[in-house]
Amino acid sequence: MDDFQYHAPSSVDGVLSALRGADDGKVLAGGMSLLPVMKLAMAAPSDLVSLRNVPGLSDIEDHGHCLKIGACCTHAQVAASSVVRERIPALAAMAGRIGDPQVRNRGTIGGSVAHNDPAADYPAACVGLGATIITDRRKISSDDFFGSMFETPLEDDELVTAVCFPIVDGAAYAKFENPASKYAVAGVMVARDSDGVRVAVTGAGAGVFRVAEMEAALADDFSADAVAGISVSSDGLLSDNVAGAEYRAHLVTVMAKRAVEACG
Amino acid sequence: MSGNGSNGTGFIGASLKRKEDARFLTGRGRYTDDINLPGQLYAHLLRSTVAHANLGSVDTSAAEAAPGVQAVFTGPDMEDVGGIPTGWLIHSKDGSPMVEPKHPAMAIGKVRHVGEIVAIVVAETRDQAREAAALIDIDYQELPAAASLEAARADGAPLVWDEAAGNLCYDWEVGDRAAAEAAIDGAAHTVSIDVVNQRLVPNAIEPRAAIGNFDPTTGEYTLYTTSQNPHLIRLLLGAFVLGLPEHKLRIVAPDVGGGFGSKIPHYAEEAILTWTAGRLARPVKWTSDRSEAFVSDTQGRDHISTATLGFDEDGRFVGLKVSTQANLGAYLSTFATCVPTYLYGILFAGPYTTPAIYCEVEGVFTNTVPVDALRGAGRPEATYLLERLVDKAAAATGIDRVDIRRRNFIREFPYQTPVALQYDQGDYDATLDLALEASDWDGFEARRNEAASRGKLRGIGISTFIEACGIAPSAVVGSLGARAGLYEVGSVRVHPTGSVSVFTGTHSHGQGHETTFAQIVAETLGVDFEAVDVVHGDTNAIPFGMGTYGSRSLAVGGTAIYNAVQKVIAKGRKIAAHLLEASEEDIEFADGNFTVAGTDRSKSIGEVALTAYVPHNYPEGLEPGLEETAFYDPLNFTFPAGTHVAEVEVDPETGEVELVAVTGADDVGRIINPMIVNGQLHGGLAHGIGQALLEHCEYDDEGQLVTGSYMNYTMPRAGDLPNFNINHNTTHCTHNPLGVKGVGEVGSIGVPPAVINAVVDALSPLGVTHMEMPATSERVWQAIQAAQAQD
Repeated sequence: MDDFQYHAPSSVDGVLSALRGADDGKVLAGGMSLLPVMKLAMAAPSDLVSLRNVPGLSDIEDHGHCLKIGACCTHAQVAASSVVRERIPALAAMAGRIGDPQVRNRGTIGGSVAHNDPAADYPAACVGLGATIITDRRKISSDDFFGSMFETPLEDDELVTAVCFPIVDGAAYAKFENPASKYAVAGVMVARDSDGVRVAVTGAGAGVFRVAEMEAALADDFSADAVAGISVSSDGLLSDNVAGAEYRAHLVTVMAKRAVEACG
Repeated sequence: MSGNGSNGTGFIGASLKRKEDARFLTGRGRYTDDINLPGQLYAHLLRSTVAHANLGSVDTSAAEAAPGVQAVFTGPDMEDVGGIPTGWLIHSKDGSPMVEPKHPAMAIGKVRHVGEIVAIVVAETRDQAREAAALIDIDYQELPAAASLEAARADGAPLVWDEAAGNLCYDWEVGDRAAAEAAIDGAAHTVSIDVVNQRLVPNAIEPRAAIGNFDPTTGEYTLYTTSQNPHLIRLLLGAFVLGLPEHKLRIVAPDVGGGFGSKIPHYAEEAILTWTAGRLARPVKWTSDRSEAFVSDTQGRDHISTATLGFDEDGRFVGLKVSTQANLGAYLSTFATCVPTYLYGILFAGPYTTPAIYCEVEGVFTNTVPVDALRGAGRPEATYLLERLVDKAAAATGIDRVDIRRRNFIREFPYQTPVALQYDQGDYDATLDLALEASDWDGFEARRNEAASRGKLRGIGISTFIEACGIAPSAVVGSLGARAGLYEVGSVRVHPTGSVSVFTGTHSHGQGHETTFAQIVAETLGVDFEAVDVVHGDTNAIPFGMGTYGSRSLAVGGTAIYNAVQKVIAKGRKIAAHLLEASEEDIEFADGNFTVAGTDRSKSIGEVALTAYVPHNYPEGLEPGLEETAFYDPLNFTFPAGTHVAEVEVDPETGEVELVAVTGADDVGRIINPMIVNGQLHGGLAHGIGQALLEHCEYDDEGQLVTGSYMNYTMPRAGDLPNFNINHNTTHCTHNPLGVKGVGEVGSIGVPPAVINAVVDALSPLGVTHMEMPATSERVWQAIQAAQAQD
């Protein structure tokens, strides 16, 4: 790992100014994605700006119509949170299956959404549940936030501070995981509320995507059978040593069915 | 039949807690990277990023000028030292010796696999060495790669070595081809199979490391290294590579964190670090990181085979013919040539009476990391092929899978196989019966039906197998091409106050030798377990040895220690007779006491030891001291055997395989420490299950390793494994005094075919008849799709 300057400011403003003062600064939250790529010399930021001393980023607040989850909440914290388990159980269950215990105890929601790994779980949770990403300067809807792999509209000096998840009538996440990495090969979040049904897929494509055909079918008939015959095209899906594109496309349908079933 | 090693003190057969636990479980082990010598420098090894290329210029000038750099060396700097040797000369069918190109320590003129060492950079710090290495400018003139067996054997394939036409190292055979073919031609039925035994990465938890040191005042070199066999490294490094006499070369293999075969070979890194330390007259340390380990530790398996089994109307096997291509990688590692021949072809009788067997093996060079022993080493490959074939025979004839095995079992011992081995003892019915009962084999249909009610396809699979451990004897392996003996050495030093130091030429890197060997000595010498310590891993402390591999340590190394104890007792008897004023023939030894037969007059081993070192009242002509060494060269291999049963549930929608039950019934010979034996079985089973379901080392067509990290190379985790149902039925080895056989490789040999047979059984209602390892979800799903498309 190459040398870097380490900063641990105690305010959001301090974080932003440290980023602005750096040649190639990166925000360090849990480090579960950033540190491995630095270790492999695939990233060599000049400065790491840690969030560890910034107060108030690890709170989970119930705002009635939504839950606001601070950017530094770890996956383990979300999984164990009584308010998340009660209000959006699908979100708690999803967080409890990210990676392994070490990752869940270090990795954060803010880091995951800002990184936008195409096989991460949070992008599907955010898009599926219709979450809003809150930064130091604006609010961005999930549909606008998650681009193709690793792409987001975040500015270089912009910090995700929280994610707001609306309370929905029902939701569930079904994941087929890579046996080595535990990332999603195909992860599907299905959520329904008065506005309709959302189906968001992670792991299978170059970034999280919604399946409009499934959403429409489920709006008419919220049952596993309604999506059993709907498949996504394998064109453009990822392919690796664990799963080819065709298999991934198949798994999207199976995981969608299982998520619908789990919605009850 | 039964061993007579016991004096009844109860140490043998007891699950004593390991002496090693205190340091290993509290993080106080002392591994090579924990050792730091005064003035130590750090090395970074720059490795080829391409699989096959002519090396144009290698410009090291910028690296040499970088901060902290003490030296940069490349292949031509070491041109005058010997090549890294291989330990076994194989002859082809026509009698010609194998193609054995010189293996330079660092690349000269050409690179032949990703990860091959091109340069060593030595600096004051690890980071300085790494950063300087990035400044070396290498002109790789890339060549097409032969990155797989298929590519290497294709017409017009790129040649890894100009002298190896068709990339063939050897074309070896064992058995009687004409007899096997005639038996198959005349058989009532035949079944054939094409199987791949995929390449695996060994993945010892401690990456390899080495520290070279040179003392200019004595001319002595010391190499600290992560080795399973320090004396073997001294022999190969000293005599073949650097030309150093034994008394000027000390090899220390301290605590070593797992080997699984990948720490048997003498590696180029060991030669480079030792040589560099001599050039600089300073200690130089290198420690592999995990990414480096993936492209520089030897890898395992990698066979493609086709085989035919002939059998009569009653399902009795009459002939077997096997043709295998074995990937050796780009260079011949220490046991690379022997693993797919003398540890593979001679296993094809299995536990069966097949009268005519023939096996031919092409050893093939490819532009991949060298292949060498990996837990089981040849025997898993043979067992997998045979046990898949037997299941196919059962399916073809409609004879029950258990029944067809039982009909073919060997029951008369000793049994001479048609492929060189002679089994001394075994009871295959007993382990089969035990496994069937313990796994509730007969109750399977109910479990299948219950799984079906949950939408799962449940299958059960079985394998009945033998293995050959403790490869021996030296004269035989020598006649087959081994370049070393395969005996072992044990020394027992009884100190003046009766405590005991035991010196073994084997090496413990997770096997618990320090405990097991102490149990043997405590019991046979009649001393307290706490009074015995075992020393291993230092050529300056131990007389000699061949090391630990092939499940040999207890059967060969343990017997050497046992024999040394017998020598101690024999000398002690003379001393006791003198003290007791009795005739030596009247002295009996039991429970640590020398007693005049028929009397209560006795001297303890402690009293005898003190007398041996304070010989005031001492037998005339007898040397003082109480220390003996034994070299033990076994008469034969040992032959553990067993039955493994696996049950799986397949999710037909996703293809996901869940392993729900594993039952082992094993005959590993006499058990010294049941806890350690079961631990070895558990580890081996995890390893074998990893091969069956998860692990697959893959290269692309250019010879780049696709699975170079744990993000895509799937190691078995605890959550992938069911609780293991382990059972023992013990017969004793007839030709060593302890009656022991071996256990370290049992799981990785026996369980893969049981798991795959279970997967095929689960899918058989859909018409699936074959499944390659690893049975990944995608493969299973594809097999289901293909079978359904045929309907």
